[in-house]
Amino acid sequence: MIRQCFIIFACLAVGELIVWLTGITIPSSIIGMLLLTILLQVKAIKLEWVKGMSDFLISNMGFFFVPPGVALMLYFDLIKAELLPIVVATVVSTVLVLVVTGWTHQRLKMKNEE
Amino acid sequence: MEILQNNLVLLALTFGIFYGARQFQKWTGWIVLNPILVTIAVLIVFLTLTGIRYETYAQAGGFIEFWLKPAIVALGVPLYQHLGQIRRQFLPIFLSQLAGCIVGVVSVVVIAQMMGASRETIVSLAPKSVTTPIAMEVCQALGGIPSLTAAIVVSVGLLGAVFGFKVLEVWHIKNPYSQGLSIGTASHAVGTSRAMEKGETYGAYASLGLILNGVLTALLAPFILKIIGI
Repeated sequence: MIRQCFIIFACLAVGELIVWLTGITIPSSIIGMLLLTILLQVKAIKLEWVKGMSDFLISNMGFFFVPPGVALMLYFDLIKAELLPIVVATVVSTVLVLVVTGWTHQRLKMKNEE
Repeated sequence: MEILQNNLVLLALTFGIFYGARQFQKWTGWIVLNPILVTIAVLIVFLTLTGIRYETYAQAGGFIEFWLKPAIVALGVPLYQHLGQIRRQFLPIFLSQLAGCIVGVVSVVVIAQMMGASRETIVSLAPKSVTTPIAMEVCQALGGIPSLTAAIVVSVGLLGAVFGFKVLEVWHIKNPYSQGLSIGTASHAVGTSRAMEKGETYGAYASLGLILNGVLTALLAPFILKIIGI
């Protein structure tokens, strides 16, 4: 357990360090995630060294964002004022993402297999 | 009512409501009753009725929110497990992800801007397709309102989970791999859990879409916004 926590938090800490050193706008957690993938790939760490902790964190990911979601109560006025742009942009864009991603993948996959 | 403001009481309440909401969704089988959304709604009603300030709740909530970042790092494990698959089909997967990511960010930003949304709102909308922890981090890094992003992201997830497969059918996208991938790309974890119900292949590709679009959006969104001039 301690080793699992150490690996995950060490990746996160290195991510923070990189953000602090370079000032880039990429979240430190994304850097940490890519770092973890690389460490697993080059066999610097074994899968079973992180598996338990990572399964726990991923399966409960939804729960972790309940508190920040509650902060929504502070922005009711903003949402009310801009409800239409928010709803239209979100719905149209979601349909576009579904269709563009699916269509591109289906097309390229067929070509790949020919 | 001072006891209600106690951190541990508020934490217990949060766990309890979420557990109840999850059981309720299992019992009814309704995807729309997403436990995350229900818990947020119930807590907001509770805080409003008791007059507890958000700042008070946030002190307790911080202990839960803290685990968001480690959870994103943990996504490196399934990403590693999918690497072989990604490498074998690199071009179709990578190009469709890239297209989905760019279309997702550009379309939501341009439409919101045309309809007169404020900069804060536009930035909060930009990462709407990706999983909440990543979306909130992207939003924060760009100067948006993370909790607004959180609410929109859950709604997008529900939209994809409920209507996603129907939209794909209408557009003749029938390949299970393509369907799974686009559900995960457009509607992250909520869509992915719906895809899991449909089958293992759908689920695996949906989680691939969820992770890859998360990474791509985190990497590209800042540049896309800069190019559009937000």
